[in-house]
Amino acid sequence: MEIRLNGKVREVADGTTVRRLLDELGLHPLRVAVQRNLDIIKRDRYEAVVLQPGDTIEILTFMAGG
Amino acid sequence: MRDGTRLKFGGREFHSRLIVGTGKYPDYPIMQRALEASGAEIVTVAVRRVNLDRTQESLLDYIDTKKYTLLPNTAGCYTAEEAIQYSRLAREVGMSEMIKLEVIGDQRTLFPDNEELLKATKVLVKEGFIVLPYTNDDPVMAKKLEEAGAAAVMPLGAPIGSGLGIRNPHNILIILQTVQVPVIVDAGVGTASDAAIAMELGCDGVLMNTGIAGAKDPVMMAEAMRKAVEAGRQAYLAGRIPKKLYATASTTMEGMIE
Repeated sequence: MEIRLNGKVREVADGTTVRRLLDELGLHPLRVAVQRNLDIIKRDRYEAVVLQPGDTIEILTFMAGG
Repeated sequence: MRDGTRLKFGGREFHSRLIVGTGKYPDYPIMQRALEASGAEIVTVAVRRVNLDRTQESLLDYIDTKKYTLLPNTAGCYTAEEAIQYSRLAREVGMSEMIKLEVIGDQRTLFPDNEELLKATKVLVKEGFIVLPYTNDDPVMAKKLEEAGAAAVMPLGAPIGSGLGIRNPHNILIILQTVQVPVIVDAGVGTASDAAIAMELGCDGVLMNTGIAGAKDPVMMAEAMRKAVEAGRQAYLAGRIPKKLYATASTTMEGMIE
């Protein structure tokens, strides 16, 4: 199924959880924040939240800034 | 009121009164050495999309989060709503309750939109954040931010990255007499004397990024800034002589040949 991830279209398997997506991307759950559509997904829900077709996912972290 | 040896806010205490940004360095190793040279204990970071290209280096690989306290900013936010969302995301990344709250009003000057800033401060304080708002040098605004629960106020010395120094020291002095929370000059510092001047006025700290990162030798400038902040603070505590229009001799006339 198709989702939007950080502004780009991406194909993911049906039933992919947030946790699975992070694993696929090689991202550590402790270093990111995840927003699904307009909601911030709390870390303890990563395994429970299943992505739906058309979801807009934003994965953010700390980057350089003043 | 401001004689403490430590910078205190949000239930934390810090030795260093210099807060440094992580943006705009030539590369991460230089940034790491500059942060070290600055003696800073608090460093600012931005909240941005993670780089999905795993071959790229990551900022957090170069910052020891056991050594530094991370202060996420809401740079690039132009509304209270946006800044609040970014603050919540920053807290979710999980390493900090502190937020350097920026709500920008104008793209060219990057001056704050104080109306939106105050709105966002009130909401975030209610949600338990330790809010450090980047504002201008208006004492009325500073008071409102304090009353809204800001943990400190951070008046700009001059536009971000402008290097113009402390453009309105008189307003900064008035702010120091108006609020009880720490006053940290944020933005505009270009060289060491700018930082020293801020501290000589009685400010509790200075926050800078471009002044160090943009210098020809960022590591050397970081060390200079560390010394400037220490010197300025010490000069303030030592109690300077008053400014006079006319001279007062340093040497007595007594004992001169008549």
